[in-house]
Amino acid sequence: MTETRNSIVKRAVEEIQDGMNVNLGIGMPTLVANEIPDGMTVLLQSENGLLGIGPYPVEGQEDADLINAGKETITTVPGSSFFDSAESFAMIRGGHIDLAILGGMEVSESGDLANWMIPGKVVKGMGGAMDLVVGAKRVVVIMDHVNKHGESKVKKTCALPLTGLSVVDRLITDLAVFDFTEDGMVLVETSAGITIDEVKGKTEATFTVSPDFIIR
Amino acid sequence: MSKVMNSFLEAVSDIQDGATLIVGGFGLCGIPEKSIEALQDRGVKDLTVASNNCGVDDAGLGRLLVNKQIKKMIASYVGENKTFEKQFLNGELEVELSPQGTLAERIRAGGAGIPGFYTATGVGTPIAEGKETKEFNGKTYLLEEGIVGDFALVKAWKADTLGNLVYRKTAMNFNPLAAMAGKITIAEVEEIVEAGELTPEEIDTPGIYVQRVLLGTDYEKRIERLTVRKA
Repeated sequence: MTETRNSIVKRAVEEIQDGMNVNLGIGMPTLVANEIPDGMTVLLQSENGLLGIGPYPVEGQEDADLINAGKETITTVPGSSFFDSAESFAMIRGGHIDLAILGGMEVSESGDLANWMIPGKVVKGMGGAMDLVVGAKRVVVIMDHVNKHGESKVKKTCALPLTGLSVVDRLITDLAVFDFTEDGMVLVETSAGITIDEVKGKTEATFTVSPDFIIR
Repeated sequence: MSKVMNSFLEAVSDIQDGATLIVGGFGLCGIPEKSIEALQDRGVKDLTVASNNCGVDDAGLGRLLVNKQIKKMIASYVGENKTFEKQFLNGELEVELSPQGTLAERIRAGGAGIPGFYTATGVGTPIAEGKETKEFNGKTYLLEEGIVGDFALVKAWKADTLGNLVYRKTAMNFNPLAAMAGKITIAEVEEIVEAGELTPEEIDTPGIYVQRVLLGTDYEKRIERLTVRKA
């Protein structure tokens, strides 16, 4: 894991509280699972039909009938349950998942999220992301602040097709943490060594600075 | 009367060109491998298939794609399949992307006799285009339609001779929903027992939804992403 990814993942795990039911998206969000402190009881949901994801199996113990939403072989934790896909999304859409941590391609200043499609490029599909963003009680997006060309991924409006409209509660990037409130987008944290001016320079979106703003 | 059949080719023999199929599975987990192989052998064309994914290039529904048997695919995620991408981009394959939860509910609804339902999923996104909306308590919802299949192909772990089904772990996924939504449901399993040998409590799919039961052997059960830790 690169240092940037590592810092985002370490910050994201702080969003998780004891007793929560949490859904982690595919990719970088999956890495958050490894950082959950021992002693916390957290049930991780996999939208293909499991509440209570455990660690990867010991070599040789893998079971083709037991995978996560990223199609990786996994195990279960004590107290886990299996269910069908309709039940799984009843949990998600019905507001029973406390927290979803998802990856992003673009986030807008009004909390819109785009993370599933680049027009004219590869067709992949949204999977369960559109259901998660409208259904989970709290949606946290984690992503790099700028793309590989140095352009801001935190936009005034998303250029890419949306996954959901005004759905993001919190955005965590390698540079900063933002909340999306009724008063708009608010900067609540910057990473150590990052100034507010630097964040402003790398952010297309307009935001205000929280009175409780901290440098980590 | 026993619902057990011996030949997969016979079980799929009345699936005609242009049929709509609902197929269980998530990725390559819990897919009806043997029914798909039989359909590939039969070579029926212009199929409309509703399934969460479309297999990979040489396994699962990918076998029917390579054979150009699928006209339209209704799915939520198709990222693992190069043939799919190619056929879609050059216009050979019609695709309806449906969010995973919406797709699951559309199949469940179809099987439960519910023609449509409202969901907040997809509001303000490309999948809302052309769909009716309605407000409930000040929030906007999309009208989504149920899906019914001429046939459903499902994979379960065990069946009894009356078609009662039991699934294993996350190989359950879309299978119980698909079983409900097929006018004719073909279930393939790894073990068939006499009626009465499964306890009523353990049955996931009541046999009323299932018309044909077949014993599959030599399941490939390919793992898409083998992830392990050191002991």
